[in-house]
Amino acid sequence: MDIAVDQILFKKGAEASLFLAKWQGQEVLVKVRLPKRYRPKELDEQIRSYRTLHEPQLMHEAKAAGVPTPLIYMVNVSDSSITMEYVEGQQIKQLLNKLPQDKRRELGFSIGELISKLHSQGLIHGDLTTSNMILNPEGKIFFVDFGLGEKNGELEAKGVDLHLMKRALQSTHFQFWEECFKAVLSGYASILGAEQAEKVCEKLKEIERRGRYVEERKQ
Amino acid sequence: MYPPKNVESMKKTRSKQQKKKMFCLGIESSADDFSVGIATFNGEILANKSDSYIPLKGGIHPREAARHHSEVADKVLRDALAAAGVKPNDLSVIAFSMGPGLGPSLRTGATVARALASYLGIPLVGVNHSVAHIEIGKLKTGVVDPVTLYVSGGNTMVTAFEAGRYRVFGETLDIALGNCLDVFAREAGLKNKKGLPLGAAVEQLAANGKKLISLPYVVKGMDLSLSGLLTAATAQLNKGNCSLEDLCYSLQENAFSMVTEVTERALAHTEKKEVLLTGGVAANKQLQNMLVIIAEDHDAKFSVVPLEFATDNGAMIAWTGVLAYTHGLVTPLDDSYVKLRWRVDKVDVPWI
Repeated sequence: MDIAVDQILFKKGAEASLFLAKWQGQEVLVKVRLPKRYRPKELDEQIRSYRTLHEPQLMHEAKAAGVPTPLIYMVNVSDSSITMEYVEGQQIKQLLNKLPQDKRRELGFSIGELISKLHSQGLIHGDLTTSNMILNPEGKIFFVDFGLGEKNGELEAKGVDLHLMKRALQSTHFQFWEECFKAVLSGYASILGAEQAEKVCEKLKEIERRGRYVEERKQ
Repeated sequence: MYPPKNVESMKKTRSKQQKKKMFCLGIESSADDFSVGIATFNGEILANKSDSYIPLKGGIHPREAARHHSEVADKVLRDALAAAGVKPNDLSVIAFSMGPGLGPSLRTGATVARALASYLGIPLVGVNHSVAHIEIGKLKTGVVDPVTLYVSGGNTMVTAFEAGRYRVFGETLDIALGNCLDVFAREAGLKNKKGLPLGAAVEQLAANGKKLISLPYVVKGMDLSLSGLLTAATAQLNKGNCSLEDLCYSLQENAFSMVTEVTERALAHTEKKEVLLTGGVAANKQLQNMLVIIAEDHDAKFSVVPLEFATDNGAMIAWTGVLAYTHGLVTPLDDSYVKLRWRVDKVDVPWI
């Protein structure tokens, strides 16, 4: 198989670098998990190859669950790279603060629906932030970056996933995180069903109480 | 309407005040340290005296820690005033650590602070302990707008300033990093000594470790979890088929890699250009080395707070008290209850 050529650095994230490249005549994104010098080599290789292998699998299963994710073209464990479809659009992170209230809520609701679709199939994203969601020009929301995800049907994992979403809204969209998260939760309940969603929310509260210096924590 | 002669006299008092140095005395008592610091209003630290409670066995017993604090308060206060060459009557403000922390410990410090402020008839300022760690770090290292990794026995969090507050970008979902290392050290039979905290003992052993033992590595988004790592490391210890050096090494490498990964994520996310390391675990050289690397990779400057000001200390409370007071924040006696779970992201920071 051809390798992707003409790579130009598109975005340097914390965990991986993203390159725009040409592959089989089309524009693609190459995600490379570069070695982390701060970790012992052994541990680093373990983490990178594990995430490189699991990410495409989860993205594939996410599609089956009805959650748009980029198409995967190629996976190379030896250099920890994944070649995938380049999704045009805007990160929700850059978009959300500029939207009027009703649009913001609509978007939150759709995000909640998508999370719910993942969870109903026992898929955990593992890093639900608004930087990992892309709105394409047709209005479809793509979930990306499943590197910290897992297959796990337990309430605990779902609760942590929602907790991360909440935290991401609190730190990056603090002006209106509450209404956004409320919209996410109603979208979430609309697919998973009120009863099941309530159970996850109960778990979420329990997880939060476990944290350090949380006001709601039991004495 | 005031007559012109008053304006003249007001001008005189004002210039007198400007010439006279203003001092803030800060009291820190949130956990095992009772510490008093004295800061001038322009950021000189004149004194920083501490006395630590060392448990005979196990971790901090809150009641015993509070008893220790009340026993040493008088001596530490006198030491700090003597070191600064400041008389109680010269003080302008009393600041105290209002939370988060252990209730009995916090209340002891707060009681001392209230008594001093009311006796001297000067304002009282309740300070958030975590904010104080960041502010003294900025003062002592000269960083301006950092991503801060604050790791201690009670805290593990990555914060950065955003729109009026220090926001929490990542934190532990369960136990703190220092707590994880301390509990493991005690399980391994290491003893807490003056001058050699348990964490330092683990660091010494880890330096001679070679083999990486497989332990859980749990990063969830920007958060992390350490309790599973501690349980697994303790289980390996009890099995007895690997050396303590290797275990300490593996525990540290796993735990530090996790906090470093989370810090790097916050750094990439916020695109800030400074990394600040503080808290008791900041003393660990291996952790410092790891953070130097991610700072380099993101063209950021790495700074570590000098140990005296990285562990719990009164100077950080005094300095943050100055910042708060000069921005109009005072705590009326009636509202000076300690707040055991006062999260850093609940505190407005008007001085930035």
